[in-house]
Amino acid sequence: MDELIKVIDKNGLIVAFLLVGLLTWLTDIFSKRVLNSRIPGSAIAIFMALFFGYLGGVLANGEKGLADLKLFQGLSLLGGSMFRDFAIVATALGASYILIKRSGLLGLVSLVLGIAVFFVSGVVLAWILGYRDAVSLCTIGAGACTYIVGPVTGGALGASSEVIALSIGTGVIKTIAVTILTPMFAKKTGLDNPGAAMAFGGIMGTSSGVAAGLAATDPKLVPYGAVTATFYTGLGCLLSPSLFYLLLNAWLG
Amino acid sequence: MIKGLALLSFAFLTGMWCGELLGSWLGIQANVGGVGFAMLFLLGIKEYGTKKGCWKSELEFGIEFWNKLYIPVVIAMAASLNVKSALSSGTLAILEGIIPVLLAFWVFKLLIKSFKSTSNG
Repeated sequence: MDELIKVIDKNGLIVAFLLVGLLTWLTDIFSKRVLNSRIPGSAIAIFMALFFGYLGGVLANGEKGLADLKLFQGLSLLGGSMFRDFAIVATALGASYILIKRSGLLGLVSLVLGIAVFFVSGVVLAWILGYRDAVSLCTIGAGACTYIVGPVTGGALGASSEVIALSIGTGVIKTIAVTILTPMFAKKTGLDNPGAAMAFGGIMGTSSGVAAGLAATDPKLVPYGAVTATFYTGLGCLLSPSLFYLLLNAWLG
Repeated sequence: MIKGLALLSFAFLTGMWCGELLGSWLGIQANVGGVGFAMLFLLGIKEYGTKKGCWKSELEFGIEFWNKLYIPVVIAMAASLNVKSALSSGTLAILEGIIPVLLAFWVFKLLIKSFKSTSNG
């Protein structure tokens, strides 16, 4: 038994391949046999993975979900930003340069619109729930954009660690919400072509959420959503601690 | 196969570099659009290679593998998110995380509609 644990410990990434493969295999069967493929297997797998991440958090009390348990530590390597970004870039092969160019304007409009929608609604909600100072409001509004924009803004403005933690929590919830809601709302909102996917990536912004949500909706749309979503965090980090903060300050008097 | 993988890595690294450069040029501590630049580089290389006739399907195999690995990576990512602490940071985080997303879906729907009507008429 000791030997097996040693092998698992040493080969975390390989263990992660096995685990994800098993989960995908099971959810594919479940999707086909039980749900008649009405919900794609990958969507169920992503949802289950979120659930396991929660379980891991309860058991290990760490920051990396299931990957905090030693047995599953390879998951954080396989699901880390390096592999995620590398795989997203590889999806570009299935995209068409002409289509991306044609929808460029729509993508740009949606980026600006998306950041504004999330920041403003985040600030308004924080206001309703009792926050009154510009620094906290701005940090929480930034957290509503993504879980990276939140702490970057909070750090730049000198927000309290409690508010920064809140902004990270907000951003992670957003990622989860986009992941789960995208396949549910895709049909109703007209998210079924490359142009719409580019606008979607720009409005929602969270690259992990957009990528996971589109993967569960229609994998062909992933590269189009990803190509705009990737600019969102950077643009948010640029606007939140500067222009948005100044506007907020002026508004608060 | 490895040549395709090398091309992908080349596009990835140059793209990330551009993202970092743009980030520091704008004076912020973030990578601005690195993934996007990398995707455009990869597409550009493919376009150029196809025109010159030196793009081989053998090259695509190395990239295609990573393309297919994308969903498993997302599944692993979902399992290693800090779901518990996000849910336990309270009602505020949950409201702040969900309500703007619903609002954004609505804005998205309006945007798609308005773009459709302008391009049709």
